[in-house]
Amino acid sequence: MSKHIVVLGSGTAGTLTANRLRRMYDERECRITVVDQDDDHVYQPGLLFVPFGLAQPHGLVRSRPRQLHDGIDYRRARIDRVDLDADTVHFAVGGWLTYDVLVVATGAMLLPEETEGLTGPGWGEKVFTFYDLPGAIDLHHALEHFDGGRVVVNVADLPVKCPVAPLEFAFLADWYFQRCGIRDRVELTYVTPLDGAFTKPVAARALSGLLAHKGIELVTEFTLGEVDGTGGRLVSYDEREVAFDLAVVVPLHGGAAYVGRSPGLGDELGFVPVDPHTLQHPDRANVFAIGDAAGLPASKAGSVAHFEGEVLAHNIGRFLAGQPLDASYDGHTNCFVETGFHKALLIDFNYETEPLPGHFPAAVGLPLLKESHANHLGKLAFEWLYWHSLLPGRELPGIGSAMPEHGKNHVHV
Amino acid sequence: MPTATYDDTAVPVDDEGFFTEPDRWTEAMAGQLAREQGIEDLTERHWTVIRFMRSEYTAKGTGPTVRVLGKTSGVSVKELYQLFPKGPAKTAAKIAGIPKPRGCI
Ligand SMILES: Cc1cc2nc3c(=O)[nH]c(=O)nc-3n(C[C@H](O)[C@H](O)[C@H](O)COP(=O)(O)OP(=O)(O)OC[C@H]3O[C@@H](n4cnc5c(N)ncnc54)[C@H](O)[C@@H]3O)c2cc1C
Repeated sequence: MSKHIVVLGSGTAGTLTANRLRRMYDERECRITVVDQDDDHVYQPGLLFVPFGLAQPHGLVRSRPRQLHDGIDYRRARIDRVDLDADTVHFAVGGWLTYDVLVVATGAMLLPEETEGLTGPGWGEKVFTFYDLPGAIDLHHALEHFDGGRVVVNVADLPVKCPVAPLEFAFLADWYFQRCGIRDRVELTYVTPLDGAFTKPVAARALSGLLAHKGIELVTEFTLGEVDGTGGRLVSYDEREVAFDLAVVVPLHGGAAYVGRSPGLGDELGFVPVDPHTLQHPDRANVFAIGDAAGLPASKAGSVAHFEGEVLAHNIGRFLAGQPLDASYDGHTNCFVETGFHKALLIDFNYETEPLPGHFPAAVGLPLLKESHANHLGKLAFEWLYWHSLLPGRELPGIGSAMPEHGKNHVHV
Repeated sequence: MPTATYDDTAVPVDDEGFFTEPDRWTEAMAGQLAREQGIEDLTERHWTVIRFMRSEYTAKGTGPTVRVLGKTSGVSVKELYQLFPKGPAKTAAKIAGIPKPRGCI
């Protein structure tokens, strides 16, 4: 009998999962429906470049349904809740879908209103975010008119999407203000809730070295409690203050709101806790989560969704065939970190191995944890790969789901 | 593996002083652990958080982050910082005798 797989969300993770599954199954064997609330697929890694005029906003947006292979049903609707006992997804406008297998791929949502004052006076005038398209465009206009002062880049609290993006923003800001000839009039500060520039020690050391080298001040263990837009202050919960003329804040993130309205589906923050290696829900064998929606100790990144996708599609096949799942997702993450001046560095890691120096994907390859022009070209090439390899659910040549050990130099901090 | 002595009992801890074996912790150790963190008196509100940390650890295998604590413990993030000024998630984990919270990546 034909099975119905329902994929919630048609962003990076939902699209690539549906496309992989479509290739695995004949249409008579299995029906695939993908649900999303809007039709605009934004290439989110491009948001980083918009404020600096390095990417055109309209160039980052494509049609969602057109990224899906033939034979996938696309349903445009806002999800209201999932009834796990009835294997049913309910839509906000009424109507529902039942499923044999559910894939939650509804990503992470920005929650700026959860921080006191963040969306109050000054929001959109001197307090911005570049984490969504309208915010990135507003910030671009603000930067065009900025002629000096204190610029603060802040991450409110974790988890956030692509935790290196705020650092990249700081590096690019340094480059941008130099190019405009006003760097000597700009005080740049990076303010993070972490105890270093990054979560993992070896990379944290390299990245804080880069911040220092670029004259960007680093303020650590600062958990954002309040934004005073009028007074130009960020205030932490332990009552420290950082003054700004222009603040770029990455707001709190949570899972999609419907997760909270679906008893038994998600955790306190609306993310869906799944087995870190199989991506299966602990209490519901026919429910899986992938990408930013998953509550995993992995980065919320497109590369993660890609590596997860391979394991997930395979495991859904095994689940439908009544076979035990493969616990093979290892937490593999791969991120290019743009550092300005046409350079980038590359980090590659998993649940067990922190980002290390060396080369990727093997002893001969791109340098890891080290700035190079080749990595900058890699970052730019990622956009093409995103639309033409990641979303269609194809493998990247020479790069598998499992993190390559080869080429990494183990060092001790 | 370093050890530390609380309530006359030697217990294994990590380099930063977090318990590595939460079962070795007793309520009688909490006072001294708190004083080491600059907290002279543990009030009932502190205990609410400490007990919550331990039950979350038992259920999930890691202590919650400040944000999750603020949403679920019944104590707001603001008050958490008043109770544990040096950082609620880490300080409360230390006093509650559970390993350092893994946090996020
Ligand atoms: C500024 C920035 C820079 C980044 N840079 C990089 C990078 O360099 N490299 C990298 O690998 N990753 C990067 N990322 C992260 C990457 O974009 C995300 O991790 C990735 O897009 C996650 O895919 P996803 O499918 O899980 O979520 P998304 O792509 O966000 O998709 C979620 C989908 O669910 C839909 N949805 C949500 N709620 C509902 C509902 N109630 N009803 C119906 N539909 C709903 C949304 O409309 C959306 O289409 C960056 C992200 C940002 C913000």
